[in-house]
Parts: sequence; structure tokens; C-alpha cells
Amino acid sequence: MSLFSPLFFLTMLPLVAALFIMVGARAQFVARWTSLLMLGLTLALVFQYRVAEGGFQFISRFQVADELGISLSFGADGLSLAMLLLAAVITMSAVWVIPPIKSRENLFYACVLLISAGVVGAFSSIDVLFFYAFHEVALIPTFLLIGIWGSGDRQAAAWKATIYLGLGSFVLLIGIIGLYLAIPSERTFDLLRIQELAQAGTLNPPHWVYWTLLIGFGTLISLFPFHSWAPQAYASAPAPAAMLHAGVLKKFGLYGMLRLITPIFPESIGNTRIPLFGFEIRYLDIFLILIVGNLLYIGLVTIAQKRLDWMLGYSSVMHMGYIFLGIAGLNQLSLSGASILMIAHGLSIAALFALCGALRERTGTVEFSELGGLARPMPRLGLLFGFATMAAVGLPGFANFPGELMVFFGAFGATNHVPHGGFDAIQIVTIIAVWGVVISAVYMLRAYRSLFFGTLPERWNGLSDLAPVPRYAVILLIFVLLVIGFHPQLVLSYVTPAILLP
Amino acid sequence: MNPISLEVFVVTLGIAMLMLESFVVSTDKRYLAWLGIAGLAIAFGASFFARPEFIPPNAPYASFYTADGMAMFFKRFSLLATILVLVMTIDYTSVIERFVPGETKGAGVGEFLSLPVLTCAGLMWMVSATDFIAIFVSLELVTISFYVLVAYLRRSEGSLEAGTKYLILGALSTGFIVYGITWIFGVTGRTNLAAIAAVLPGLPAASHTALLFGVGLVLVALCFKVAAFPFQFWVPDVYQGAPTPITAFLSVGSKAAGFIVLLRVLQPFLDFGPLHGKLETILLLLAGATLIYGNLSALPQRNLKRLLSYSSVGHAGYLFMAVASLGVAFARPAIEFYLSAYLLMTFLAFIVMALVSRSVGGDDISHFAGLARRSPWLAGAMLVAMLSLAGIPFTAGFMGKLFIFGVAIEAGHYWLVVLGALTVACGFYYYLLVVRAMYWQAAPEYAPEISVSLAGRVSMGALALLIFIVGIYPQSLLAFLG
Repeated sequence: MSLFSPLFFLTMLPLVAALFIMVGARAQFVARWTSLLMLGLTLALVFQYRVAEGGFQFISRFQVADELGISLSFGADGLSLAMLLLAAVITMSAVWVIPPIKSRENLFYACVLLISAGVVGAFSSIDVLFFYAFHEVALIPTFLLIGIWGSGDRQAAAWKATIYLGLGSFVLLIGIIGLYLAIPSERTFDLLRIQELAQAGTLNPPHWVYWTLLIGFGTLISLFPFHSWAPQAYASAPAPAAMLHAGVLKKFGLYGMLRLITPIFPESIGNTRIPLFGFEIRYLDIFLILIVGNLLYIGLVTIAQKRLDWMLGYSSVMHMGYIFLGIAGLNQLSLSGASILMIAHGLSIAALFALCGALRERTGTVEFSELGGLARPMPRLGLLFGFATMAAVGLPGFANFPGELMVFFGAFGATNHVPHGGFDAIQIVTIIAVWGVVISAVYMLRAYRSLFFGTLPERWNGLSDLAPVPRYAVILLIFVLLVIGFHPQLVLSYVTPAILLP
Repeated sequence: MNPISLEVFVVTLGIAMLMLESFVVSTDKRYLAWLGIAGLAIAFGASFFARPEFIPPNAPYASFYTADGMAMFFKRFSLLATILVLVMTIDYTSVIERFVPGETKGAGVGEFLSLPVLTCAGLMWMVSATDFIAIFVSLELVTISFYVLVAYLRRSEGSLEAGTKYLILGALSTGFIVYGITWIFGVTGRTNLAAIAAVLPGLPAASHTALLFGVGLVLVALCFKVAAFPFQFWVPDVYQGAPTPITAFLSVGSKAAGFIVLLRVLQPFLDFGPLHGKLETILLLLAGATLIYGNLSALPQRNLKRLLSYSSVGHAGYLFMAVASLGVAFARPAIEFYLSAYLLMTFLAFIVMALVSRSVGGDDISHFAGLARRSPWLAGAMLVAMLSLAGIPFTAGFMGKLFIFGVAIEAGHYWLVVLGALTVACGFYYYLLVVRAMYWQAAPEYAPEISVSLAGRVSMGALALLIFIVGIYPQSLLAFLG
């Protein structure tokens, strides 16, 4: 019965900093040092974690409702530490790229730190209810950030995203309550206990719980067809908000699926059958159809975009398809690949949004048709954008490559009943997903070419290059991408033991 | 200490305040408010020493008065609500003086301060009543003092209109409840709830329909008190027209006491097998209709008082979700928890609203534009209230919704849960409208300074803090529930 895990302090750090900033502390100074401290503390935790021992460590539990089994508990295993590190790196980078804010600087910084507090809290909670609660808290600062400092049709974007995510997370909450009530002869929200029961096979929640969890998490992750909030919100959000949201907050849903869906509902993901239009359809097939929607439909929509911000928004929706495929594969390889891909996508999309924000700040527009040849006035920005583009396409050497590779191999080998002379559904989807890489290469490279090469319009001649501080913030992201890309075992040694298989 | 002495004390306090107002020559009546607050605070403290064991078993009132855990909890609840109303009134006296003409300054303020104390006594009796006669009498004590309070601002047309509407519909609902009680009495020959529960199993099957009719009438009348479908249509006009402290009081006190009476009245009939299924169906329909009506009507509102009144109907819907699931053991604590959370967030919202509308001169949402820059603390308090009403985690409102939905899922009312989830999303929209006005929009040009009295500041701070404490550490409240 103690509250004081180091993870508790890690969560409180951005929260307290945000409160200080709101009552008038020097915003930029406090926020930058807080983000540094967070990164330092997270790294310390990563090194402190005893990999050989595995499991959840740094555990603290504080009962908040005795008979209902709700407790404010913190703890982390390899997977949560990897996500926490991702959160810390992106928070750091997001805080340091914030350009000078003209009005209400304090509220801006406070909102960014509050989002960060929400994600850190969610990743370090081992109580399912608080895991949910921390995530939901990040909704309000996002609403304010988009609504006050956003660009384009910011108000509509803020409303849409907030209502959509609010409804999605309420559906998720109902799923979590359903799971909680399905625990036999016990009342607990404790993740460790739930996983233990699931491993022992004594936890058999009704099927509607699976569907509410899938739709709830799916909405937060922008699973097709629940994705339509995402591109608009990311396009309108100020760069730091988009970085945090697309980079980490969205990964909350995937992390939740790895924690709550894969260990508890293997049968639902796998082989449960329902009759539909006269056919026997597996639950898996429905999920796979949605994944194809993410990969192909959204992929083609992304190609059609004419603005960088919308294109990045759609591309982040499309890339979720690979991670879903890894989850659908449901084996060690594909799930580990999905976790690497979560981190890789978070870092690369954050870098892209940071650069997109820097571009918008300089030119006031991100329409492809109005820009071109920008590598000449801004060589450094162009180079970094090139790195981020290659990472997003999945070039070997970047973290995305091992992730995608593992997902493809894992998902292709996920089935053991191959119909005579043909492919199983998941194998067909894997083949489609490999084609998805080509689609993303098409739109990313095209964007890169039309922004930075070709003829430079006269009026963009005098643009200034990226200043040192935001430059190093983006370099940090690229650096981590390269490190993981060349040595994925660094992450895998933490993540793989944490992944529970049915 | 005998629990009934609390009510006696509160009534005495109310009468004493009236006397003082008549005989003391002072134009500043705020000392009366402080006296009332002090007296009610004493009663609040004393309530922890009151135990049902001290009621003599042969006392004449022992058969229609109970002081179980739920009753004691809601006596404290009513006392707290009344204290908050008086605190709000301190900052509201200037409005009363403007709308109530008198020969001397401060005329009319005294009665306005002492009536809520008498209403409080009525609420305290109401939650203890276990006999239809006692229920009726205490209900009328509350309703009649509300008739006066709602129509108190004599020069304000809105207040008079509200008073008239409330009077007519209140009288109608009184008719319903008396008629219902008559039918129940006619079938069972008893007015005492415990006695009715004992008689029910022996009734011939032919009289079940008559019984259901009677219970239905009582239910409809209580829906008037808790602002639920089908008797909710008075709510927006009356809430908008009534003086703001009274609106808050109506919205919290009347609703809470109404739900407690509802729980007490329904219990014997829900326990009675042949009626259980039908009553549950009725309650489910009421819950669904109330949820839909309250939340959908709140969507287009642009006046904050009206918005809060429709949302108050919506919250009655969530509470009804739990009432329809009374078979689950946790349903009762869930209702009590939700009501307590509702008290905290509603009063916080109304306190801020009263302050802003007094200085800006209106309570449309647009009057809140740019509040975050003008008065960041007031805006922060309003933000907390709105987030809690919307059900964002770490606030009391979230825990309340969690418990209610948990109970409804456990009872298996899935379609109601789906409906509830959709209406929660509606709630997100209309509560965030206020947040948007405060944080996104620019302040109007005429924006005078908003001054807040010390009592107002302390109570707002305390309410906001309690919202977080209860939202993060619900045991702090669960431990006190009956």
C-alpha cells in the first residue's frame, strides 16, 4: 500500500510542471528542463530495470476504493518502459521545437505538458481503470491546443476529434467494465491479476467485450472506418500537439490492445465464427477486412492529398494498418514487430510533423503546388525531412524496417491451416500489406520531391533554415530511429519477454 | 443524540432567523446569512453524534421516521447544500435588492435567507420518511417553500413566470401523488412502507393492476421532483427564471431528496415478485426517455442556465439507469455517490455562473467568452465543474458515471448502456461549449472586473478540491455512504 514508485514521480513531473506554468512560472524554461528531467529519469529506469528477471517492476499500489478493487497502481515491464522512453523522447522533442508563442504562452506549454503527463501516466499504470483515465485526461489539452493555436479549420477539427475520441473512449470504458465484471469471484482492475487469470484460462469474458474493446481502442488508433477524426485533427493541430498525439497518444490504443486484447481474447481474434450473409465468417476475417481498409483505401486516399499536413495525417492512419496486422498475426514474431513498429512510427511521424510545423511557420502554406526547391534555402531542414521520409517508407537502417519485416514474416506464418494450393486470408492481407509499402513510398517520395526539389518559386528565396534548437530536437528523433534500426535487439530484449502469448 | 432533534434545531433556526429579521433594525442582512451558515454547520457537526439507537422505540414518530445510514448521509447532504445556497446568496443580495421593492434598503433579503433553512428541514424529513403521509407532508413543506423562493424576485417577469409554472405543475404533481397514495392505500389498507411490504404477498392477484396504477402515479409525481421524463417540461423555464442560488438548490436538493424517496417507495414493490418485472420495464423506459430528452435538448442551448437545466434532466436519466438496476447490490451506493458528485459539480458551476452573470449582466454562454483571460481562477473553477459534469477522469463525475454504468452493465441493461454512451458523447459537446467560450473566444469589450467574496472563494476552492479528491480517491466518499 504505497504510492511512491519512481513511476509515480515520473507521472507527476510534467503534471506539477504544468501547474507551475499555469500559475505563472517561466513557461519555456520550466518546460524544457522538465522534459530533460523526464528523459533522464526514464533512461535511469530503463537501466535500472532488471532485464534478466523480467516482469513488472517498480510496482506500487494504492487502494482507492476497497471493495471495488480500484487502485492507483504503477509498474512497468519491458514493453511499458519502451513506450515510456518513446513518450519521453517525443515530449522532449515536442517541447524544444515549440516556436515563440505570441499569445498565452503559458497555457500552450501547460497543455503540451499535460498531454505528456497523460501518456506517461497511462503507460506506467497497471490498474486498467487508471490506465484508461490517464489517457482520457489528455483529451482536454488537445482540444484547447487545436482550438486556440491550430491552423485551417481548427474549430471544426477540434470538435470532431474531441467528440469522436470522447465517444470512442467511452465505448472503451464500457468494454473495460465488461471485462471487470467478467472476472470470476473477484473485483479487481489490476492488470497483473487479469493477465494472470487470462494465462490460466479462467477468464472468459463475453464476446461483446471483445468488440467494444476493439472498437474503443480502434477509434483511438484510427482503425478504418473509425479514422475520420485523425487526418483533420493532425492537419489543424499545432506541431507539438500533432507530434505528441500521433507519436505517442495514439500508441496508447495499440499498447492497450497488446495488454488487454491479445492475451485475453486469442479465440476472438482467431477462430470464433459467426454466420454472416450465409457464410461462416471468422472474427479474424472482419478484423482483416478493416486492416485492408487501413492499408489500401487510406493508402490511396493519402496519395491523392494535395497538402503536406493532410498527407501526413492520412499516412499516420495508413501505417496503423501494419501494426494491426502484427496484432492479428498473434505470434511472438508479429507482436514483437508490432511493438517495434509502434515506436518507429511514433518517432518518424513526430519528426515529420515537427518539420511540417517548421515549414508552415516559415511559408504559411503547406500546399504542394505552392512549394518546391526548398532544399536550396533550407538544406538542413531538407536533409532531416529526407531522413524522416526514408524512415516512414521503411528503408533498411531505420527502425521501421525491422518492424515491418517482423510483422510481415510473423503474419504470413501465423496460420497453420493453408487451404489446398492457396493462401489463408491473413496471408493474402500480408501480401497486400507488402504492396502498401509501395504505396507509402509513392506518396512520401513524391511529397519529398515536390517540396524540396524542382524549381524554387521566387518568393521563397529568403527563407531561413532550421534554428539549432529545433534542429537538435529533430536530430534526437532521427538518431533514436537509426539506433533501433541498426540494432533492434536493444528494444527487443526489453519488449519480447513482456509480450504475452495465448 | 436523537436524530430528530436535528430537524427540530433547523426549524428553530429558520424561525429564529425570521424573528431576528423582523425585530433587528439593520439594513445589512448579511449577518443573517452568517448566522444561518453557522447554525447549519453546527447541525452538520452534530449529525455525526446522532444515532438511530437514540430514537425511543415507543416514540410516536418511530413508525414513520427512520435514521438509517442513507437518511443520515442525505441529512448532511441537505445541510451542506443549504450552506452553499446561503454562501451564494451573500454575493447575490444586490440582485435581490434590485428586484424586491421595499421601503428600506435590504427589505426582503431576510426572508430570502431564512426560507432555504426551512426547506432544508423539509429535505431532512423527506429523506427520513418511511410512511406515505410523512412523505407527502415533508414533500409539501419543501415544495411550498420552493414556490415562494422561485417567484421571489417580484419585479422580474422571468421569476414570476417561473413561479407560476412551478406552482401549477407542482400542484398537479401533488394531485398525482395523493391520488396514487389513495390507490395504494385502497388496495393494501396501509400507508406505512414497511407495513405495505408485509401485506403485499397476501394480496389477491386481481388487485395487482390497481396497485401498479397507484405506484405508477406516485412514480410520475416523483419524476416531477427529480426532473425526469415525463414531468420534466417545467425544468428549463423555472431554472432560468428562478434566482440563481435557488436554481442550484432546486437542482441539487430537490433532486437528491426526490431520489431517496423514490428508492424508499419503490423498494417494497420491487421486492414483490409479480410487480417486479413490470416496474423494471417502466423504470427502464423512464431512464431511456429521460436520457434522450435531457441530453438532446441540451445540445442547441445557448443560455447556460437552460443548458444546465436540461443537463440536470440528463443526470436524472443516469440516476434512473441505476434505479432501474436496483437488483444489483451496488446500485444504491452508486446512486448516492452520483448525487454527491452532482452536488459538488453543480454548485461549483452555479456559484461561478452567479458571479459572472452579476457582473456581466446575463447568463448566456457568450457572456463567458474570454473568461480565462479576465479571471483565470473563475474560469479554472468552471472548467473543473464542466469536466466533472461531462465525466472526464480524475473528477467526481467520472467515478459517478463509472459506478452507474457498471451497475447497469451488471444488471444486463445493454441497450440502456448503449444509449447512455451516446448521450455521454452529447454531454461532451455541450459542456465543452462552455469551455470553448471561456478559453477560445475573445472577451467582450465591456468586461468589468469580477469581485468575489471570501466565502465565495473558499467554497469554490473547497468544491473544486473535493471534486478531484473524490474523483481520484473515491473511498473518501464511499466510506460515508449509508
